[in-house]
Amino acid sequence: MDNLFSLSVTVNGKTYQRSVDPRTLVSDFLRHDLGLTGTHVGCEHGVCGACTVLLDGAAVRSCLLFAPQVHQHEIITVEGLGSIEELHPLQEAFRDAHALQCGFCTPGFLTTLIPFWEENPHPTEEEIREAISGNLCRCTGYQHIIDAVKLAAEKMNG
Amino acid sequence: MKPAPFCYFAPRSIPEVLSLLSKHGYDAKILAGGQSLVPMMNFRLVQPAVLVDINNIPELTHIQAGKTGLQIGAMVRHRQAEKDPLIKEKSPLIHETMPHIATVQIRNRGTIGGSLAHADPSAELVVVSTALEARFKILNEKGERTVPASDFFVGLLMTVMEPEELLVEIEIPPLPPRTGWSLQEVARRPHDFALIGVAALVTLNKKDRCEGASLVFLSAGDGPISAPEAAGLLQGEVLTSELIIAAAEKASADEIDPGNDIHATAEFRRHLANVLTRRALEEALTRARIGK
Repeated sequence: MDNLFSLSVTVNGKTYQRSVDPRTLVSDFLRHDLGLTGTHVGCEHGVCGACTVLLDGAAVRSCLLFAPQVHQHEIITVEGLGSIEELHPLQEAFRDAHALQCGFCTPGFLTTLIPFWEENPHPTEEEIREAISGNLCRCTGYQHIIDAVKLAAEKMNG
Repeated sequence: MKPAPFCYFAPRSIPEVLSLLSKHGYDAKILAGGQSLVPMMNFRLVQPAVLVDINNIPELTHIQAGKTGLQIGAMVRHRQAEKDPLIKEKSPLIHETMPHIATVQIRNRGTIGGSLAHADPSAELVVVSTALEARFKILNEKGERTVPASDFFVGLLMTVMEPEELLVEIEIPPLPPRTGWSLQEVARRPHDFALIGVAALVTLNKKDRCEGASLVFLSAGDGPISAPEAAGLLQGEVLTSELIIAAAEKASADEIDPGNDIHATAEFRRHLANVLTRRALEEALTRARIGK
């Protein structure tokens, strides 16, 4: 392979240096090059939301970014939200409200919802529905996901 | 690897971009937000040999009030435009358009210039910029030119831009006094491509008669589809419900050319266009009346 791009990127607080073929999608880069398989790959054309990560704090589709585009930027994946011992409050709420069944879509929902929730800690149901409209879930019918966001909001707000 | 191989360039200045475009011509594609281009590359519908990434050029991200209008840099992202107070003040129609565009993840990345240069006839910005008579500032190595929206879009996914040209700025002229606006659309799911939609502008004179009106449709043909005859029916008139119904009938029956696909028949799209045009004109009229 000629034409390799040397990139440096911070993922979940750790800086990685890798040489990649420029056509490597960030979703594949995270999974294959860094072994961070928490980011799931669904449709690979920006529709399903499963591969959502935080790029400099904003929720984006990692399947619609080439790896060189995140050079010198900061990514947070689902692995960076909390640990098994200490879940993020939203992860806890997902568990408590049964907001996942197969769990395939969950990383994308969490990374989508975290900036939304930080910006809007008292969301209405309509706002929650709007916020998750870019993420597909085939198990839950979304209702439990909405319940989880409400639960997290209640817990955090006292 | 989903996309075909390409050479990747990440220039840091506009002259560097123009030089790369001039050198590679038709082999090169500009990568702006990538929210339409990358899906097409992942499907290998597009296989550019050279990708010129313009995400590292700060000169393309300005939003400022100029003497002749609101100037928006081509690399302003939809989400940035959605939250920008100057855009909200100077061009409420652009502000209101933003939440209609795809989902928040896409808006976090997608750009104003990218959407316009892609020229998808179902893109809200293509239609709204046409209704607002926006001007497009385009550069190549030899100089610059400014093209009005009415000349910019020339067909399905096609603009007047040559391969060595770069869209750098969109200028939105101020609306005349007492002008109301509206954007109406129907999509099968919120944020999905609209089955049909319409942007309407209505200007009233001091006697509350219609001084000018504009109707531009999305997903209604190969580009932004204007309905000058329907708008002409309103010219100089007091805008009664009957007249609005007649204009909506005219536009939806005679002036648009929607297609059939798995999502809706052309007939259903015409029906929607009729209803939406009425709503859009009524909303624009109400806003024109309360305007200064």
